[in-house]
Amino acid sequence: MIQLKGLSKAFQTKTQTVTAVDNVSLSIDEGEIFGIIGYSGAGKSTLVRLLNKLETATGGEVTIEGESITSLKGQSLRSARQEIGMVFQHFNLLWSRTVAENIAFPLEIAKQSKQKRNERVQELVNLVGLEGREDSYPSQLSGGQKQRVGIARALANNPKVLLCDEATSALDPKTTDSILALLTDINKKLGLTIVLITHEMHVIRKICHRVAVMESGRVVEEGPVLQVFRNPREHMTKEFVRQITEPEEDASEIVFDEEENGAVVQLKFLENKAEQPFISKVIRQFDVDVNIIQGKISQTQRGSYGSLFIRIKGSSEEIDKALAYLREEEIEAEVMERA
Amino acid sequence: MLNTWMEEINWENMWVATWETIYMSLIAVAATFLLGTVLGVLLYLTDKGNMWENKPVHTVTAAIVNIFRSIPFIILIILLIPFTTFLLGTMLGPSAALPALIIGAAPFYARLVEIGLREVDKGVIEASQAMGASQWQIIQKVLLPEALPSLISGITVTGITLVSYTAMAGVVGGGGLGNLAYQEGFQRNNNEVVFVATVLILVIVFILQWIGDIWTRQIDKR
Ligand SMILES: Nc1ncnc2c1ncn2[C@@H]1O[C@H](COP(=O)(O)OP(=O)(O)O)[C@@H](O)[C@H]1O
Ligand SMILES: [Mg+2]
Repeated sequence: MIQLKGLSKAFQTKTQTVTAVDNVSLSIDEGEIFGIIGYSGAGKSTLVRLLNKLETATGGEVTIEGESITSLKGQSLRSARQEIGMVFQHFNLLWSRTVAENIAFPLEIAKQSKQKRNERVQELVNLVGLEGREDSYPSQLSGGQKQRVGIARALANNPKVLLCDEATSALDPKTTDSILALLTDINKKLGLTIVLITHEMHVIRKICHRVAVMESGRVVEEGPVLQVFRNPREHMTKEFVRQITEPEEDASEIVFDEEENGAVVQLKFLENKAEQPFISKVIRQFDVDVNIIQGKISQTQRGSYGSLFIRIKGSSEEIDKALAYLREEEIEAEVMERA
Repeated sequence: MLNTWMEEINWENMWVATWETIYMSLIAVAATFLLGTVLGVLLYLTDKGNMWENKPVHTVTAAIVNIFRSIPFIILIILLIPFTTFLLGTMLGPSAALPALIIGAAPFYARLVEIGLREVDKGVIEASQAMGASQWQIIQKVLLPEALPSLISGITVTGITLVSYTAMAGVVGGGGLGNLAYQEGFQRNNNEVVFVATVLILVIVFILQWIGDIWTRQIDKR
């Protein structure tokens, strides 16, 4: 649905040229939540701003549903922008307008009649759960409520795409979760394509289907979230993945008790396997005991992933049979230590 | 004692002069508001990094504004005599003071408007652009409403300056309380007239300030 082809943006400052986005090619599918993660200064904001031509590309092309955004100008650009909603880190609401008037603002821009505006505003207020706050001013709202107004406003003209630039970065963890839940809900209900930018891996984990990792203007890694989380290839990606797995899943941190016998095994789960009662099956089917040492399982939009350290005790043959069973079930079992 | 003291005053002339001052101030405030807002918006929009970024236009507008802001008002009146006589056919009466009042106050107000506009959150302007707003929609629906408290408190300050300008204009024939205080009070050595005229001017100033404060507070939802 959204195609970026060799997209570049260079800023010319007095002393140097900063290449904020460097030859990026991506393809974003209809109805998916696509995450872009990177450290501050990686060029994420510049990249999304190229999608609605708030920045003019210095190279390459952006097409949305076959329409080349990069070549639009004037009225046709403004009409195209009405079909691309945008949500901001600092909300960017008009303080002089009430909640309802803020949500009505894009409808005024699109020259909708007053009656249509009022109907649509009420729908949106209900959608984002702000019933009763229609006449409040932004200064009377919490951060989470402000962002709900920002989301409602971005959805007002029934856009094809929603761009979120660090939409949760100014919010506390609990509020972040509620806003992420709202975005997931909207994605499911309206089938809306969402492009989401963040520097926080847990945001990607919770709601994105696919993710691209950005570093110095380039996309260094890209793929389904689960796959990227389980097998990060690039150094940068590993760092981000560690953000949400440290310290529990780092084997080097585990102290193995030399006195104990049996095998210490690290289990890694593929999609959906984490929900199955495989440990009880192992204990029931084989003559072994299982101690859980530590572990962490995380949910993503497309299943669970994570790893678990266990100690299996029993005779050597029984341990081998148990391991063989686990591998049959497509659970990766790596023996860390065996005594 | 108060009765004999006030007997020296021609109250009818005093009311006429008061209304002249109010008339001059109101018309001048309204015209200054319009002209100053237009100039201020132009200064803001043509500035670096803004919608109509244009160095020549910005430099020329800023130079004109600064020059007229720096000329002492009493000298501006004299400089504008030919212009005013051409426009109105006379240099006397309250209306004759208007061109000088407006040209003297509008550049001052334009600067206040520019400062107010600069305080508008750039993120909000960007959000409006992202929604597909046209430049005119951004000016009308974002810049001016978001800067309104600054615009109102600015016009209050300018209005108070304008009241004192009307008094100065009065001295050179412009009518109003300043003219009365000068001609009937100072020249005929009638201190009561000067005193009452001063009190009336102060009352006008206080009322202006009071209205401005209430209005600003009422619309400021930040
Ligand atoms: N208007 C601009 N002028 C010059 N340099 C800019 C401009 N906008 C962004 N940059 C530079 O481009 C790089 C990427 O910025 P940005 O896209 O904001 O990164 P991110 O959103 O990932 O933190 C940074 O080095 C930044 O300094
Ligand atoms: Mg950014």
